[in-house]
Amino acid sequence: MAEEKLKKRAFLSSQIDLSKFNAKDFEKATDEEKRQQDVMGESTTFFKDGMRRLRKNPLAMASIVVLIIIIAIAIVAPHICPYSYSSIITVDGRRDKGATDLEPMQWSELEAQYMEKTGKKLFPHIFGTDSMGRDYFIRVVYGTRVSLLVGIVAAVMVLIIGLIYGSIAGYFGGTVDLIMMRIVDVIYSLPDMLIIILLSVVLQERLTPLIKGTSLAKLGANMISMFIVFALLYWVGMARLVRGQILQIKNNEYVLAAKSIGTPNGRILRKHIIPNCLSIIIITTALQIPSAIFTESYLSFIGLGVSLPLTSLGSLANDARAAMQTYPLRLVIPAVVISLIVLAFNLLGDGLRDAFDTKLN
Amino acid sequence: MSEEEKYILQVKDLHTSFFTDNGEVQAVNGVNFNLKAGETMGIVGESGSGKSVTAYSIMQILAETGRVTQGEVLFNGENILKWPEKKLQKFRGEKISIIFQDPMTSLNPVFSIGWQLIEAIRLHTNKTKKEAWDRAVEMLTLVGVNEPEARMKQYPFELSGGMRQRIMIAMSLCCEPDVLIADEPTTALDVTIQAQILELMKDLQKRLGMAIIIVTHDLGVIASMCDEIMVMYGGRVCERGSADDIFYRPAHEYTKGLLRSIPRADNMKEKLIPIGGTPINMLNLPQGCAFCPRCANAMEICLREKPDEIKVGEGHRAACFMNVKEAFEEKEEA
Amino acid sequence: MAKYIVKRLIMAVVAFIAVSAITFFVMNLIPGGPFTSEKAMTKEVIATLTKRYGLDKPIGVQYLNYMGNFLRGDWGVSLKTQREIWPDLQSRFGVSARLGLSALAIATVFGVIFGSISALTRNKWPDRLLVVLTTLGTAIPSFVLATLLMLLFCMQLNLLPIWDVHHPNYILPIISLAVYPMAYITRLTKTSMLDALNQDYITTAKAKGVPESKIIFVHALRNALIPVVTYLGPEVAYIITGSMVVESIFTIPGMGTMFVQSINDRDYPYIMAVTIFLAMLMIIANLITDIVYKIIDPRITFD
Repeated sequence: MAEEKLKKRAFLSSQIDLSKFNAKDFEKATDEEKRQQDVMGESTTFFKDGMRRLRKNPLAMASIVVLIIIIAIAIVAPHICPYSYSSIITVDGRRDKGATDLEPMQWSELEAQYMEKTGKKLFPHIFGTDSMGRDYFIRVVYGTRVSLLVGIVAAVMVLIIGLIYGSIAGYFGGTVDLIMMRIVDVIYSLPDMLIIILLSVVLQERLTPLIKGTSLAKLGANMISMFIVFALLYWVGMARLVRGQILQIKNNEYVLAAKSIGTPNGRILRKHIIPNCLSIIIITTALQIPSAIFTESYLSFIGLGVSLPLTSLGSLANDARAAMQTYPLRLVIPAVVISLIVLAFNLLGDGLRDAFDTKLN
Repeated sequence: MSEEEKYILQVKDLHTSFFTDNGEVQAVNGVNFNLKAGETMGIVGESGSGKSVTAYSIMQILAETGRVTQGEVLFNGENILKWPEKKLQKFRGEKISIIFQDPMTSLNPVFSIGWQLIEAIRLHTNKTKKEAWDRAVEMLTLVGVNEPEARMKQYPFELSGGMRQRIMIAMSLCCEPDVLIADEPTTALDVTIQAQILELMKDLQKRLGMAIIIVTHDLGVIASMCDEIMVMYGGRVCERGSADDIFYRPAHEYTKGLLRSIPRADNMKEKLIPIGGTPINMLNLPQGCAFCPRCANAMEICLREKPDEIKVGEGHRAACFMNVKEAFEEKEEA
Repeated sequence: MAKYIVKRLIMAVVAFIAVSAITFFVMNLIPGGPFTSEKAMTKEVIATLTKRYGLDKPIGVQYLNYMGNFLRGDWGVSLKTQREIWPDLQSRFGVSARLGLSALAIATVFGVIFGSISALTRNKWPDRLLVVLTTLGTAIPSFVLATLLMLLFCMQLNLLPIWDVHHPNYILPIISLAVYPMAYITRLTKTSMLDALNQDYITTAKAKGVPESKIIFVHALRNALIPVVTYLGPEVAYIITGSMVVESIFTIPGMGTMFVQSINDRDYPYIMAVTIFLAMLMIIANLITDIVYKIIDPRITFD
């Protein structure tokens, strides 16, 4: 054995130029030195990693800025701007009949006289006024408020109903799941827009007398029926998604592993199931907002939206059509605002998906 | 015939990198080997060792982000890396074929088995549809698929994994290539099916005479099949030699560790010793030997320098400073 | 295959019964029912209506009666014009169908083409341009686009005439309808194309020596089209609802214009008939989608 080893050494030394080595080279390296060689990839948490990716996405960041600006204006503007969305401009307590169809930043004759007389400066009509002499800027602000409100309320409703329904179906499985999902299938196969139109038409008839005189009357029957329709129809997509996620995660090895070491159900739900489907649920909710705003503006446009004097971006655009040749700005402004809101929410949703949906990376 | 021409396939100093958002991943860092016609070579290594990337580089079927950055791949003495895409298309499937790890995903789900086989045949021959059909049926019979005529009309999702792997083999061999690369051909299959597939490959090699490169992480798979085995780690070759060299005279610390960590029928009493640590991060390769962070016997020099391959026996080479150390000790003693 | 079609056909019939029943019963929630208007009606008129729709019978019988008539082409009488609804709609349907089918074809074909281009030139300028355009395309509601296009091309630039009966001009309405689904299909095709190109079977095809173009347009596209096909049903639904506002904006004498008109007039028999008819079209579209889906993806089974 020793002889063989010696032979091997001789064979090795015949091929290697040993002069470049010294004895120190062949001392054992310490663990510390070895560890320094082993450069590991930076380890981060899921959330940090996602936020880093999101921050690197300029479109998503721009969308957040745009949305913050729009929401801030929608909240703050009515407190600063002295005009009312629902009534004709008054100067010094008198109704200003000449303040109709003003150009942006223009004052009516009466206003100009008033300013000259008193030396006070009136708040400008940033977008001009409409054919009834109402400040158009404040109307657009209120329209934006309504559209955003519809979008957010619809998204929250869809989230709550879909989450509860989907969790129950996914968690219990078996017959419960089968029956619940058949119901979802039926609702899913209904042509939703037609049902919305139909229900809006009918609910208007039934609701208007019911809510007369209550605080709901301000919202109008159309708006309430729209919410009812969202609550009835729009949650099915979310329910399917939640159920699918739960079923998928429930059958994952890591959940089985957790179960096999006796982890209680509550902890499995908190530590494994919810964190794993949270991102996709948030993303879907974010994308639900623009879709609801789309639907609202569509319904307003065909005359089934919010009722007077309340307004939404869709109904503003619809009203402006009559005079679109003479006052195109009145059409363009709400159109641009709708598109901007929808665009920003879409881009933000896409950005969130790229950043947090690990299945895509 | 010169020394060079004897080889059907030669890989010289191959470097392949993937350019990702996080930086350059150096998957293969200077791999050399020669393959004679009709020979079988095994490439062994854990995931991330660069063994599959080496195979893909030879076929020039790397993912979009991957690129051979240095070196040559010679087929019958010609560097295929210099070939235009048209010529490469002719080469793939006709001269060299590959079968993949997962037969579940490597067949196109929306086309019938027959369609996919006939396509492979008609790409490289002038056969009519009818002739190609007959050839496909012949190939299916050859790889031991029962009722080949009926299978031709079926879709991949209707067949079992073992059956699909047989079909992949039939497809890769239908133009009688000179070299067959098998990338983890049995990993996704049941143990009993694994043996059948290996047996089938051996049998087909005898009949058709192609050279085979088997890429695997499972030393057991290739022990009985290969004329030469190459052990890879961190995109480099650690050791190469005959199956006997590798199994009974390992000369690289990684190979030794690998052998200590797998159960062997002839040595059931010995304790299994796993290799500590984790596979290296290919984004940040260590300055010295790629294995040294995990090596129990790492030395100062291992931290600084990458070891060259040294001949340790006839047809047996290893890239490990332990061999240099032995030689150095010999000199010191003398 | 035949079994699959029969099963889907049965599903479609069930869906149609469900939708028509829901429509009928919901319409009957209106005070006084859908067939009588708020205006005072003469005794004779009420008697005729009662006889025609069987208003004195139980609601279930009324429904069966209505559907029997509906399938025979008797869709009732408009409250507003007092004319028979079906003959009135027949001519309008032709106009709407031409508009809708053109939009459908353009959106689908160009969506797939643009999506493929986008996937193949990923992160190069054609892809970036298409990403910008499709993002805009999915953010602008069809009615906003329609009004802005009309404002720009018909009124400001005077490039195209506004619709009239003698000079029908389909270009702008088709664009308004097609942009959203086209943008959507472009994104869908891009995603699924990229997904398909990353699959192992593409590497297999490459290793077989299949030319690049055939890999993309046969091996990958066939798989990439599967999600696009499933969108066909929703696409038809989108175009049908979109055409209501687009037709109104361009004053095209189609079904959509009449539907919006009838909503504003509270012309319930009209609303009901059109709703059931459009629902039927959407169900047929879904049926066709499912059959095409089965043809393109052999893995689909009924459940």
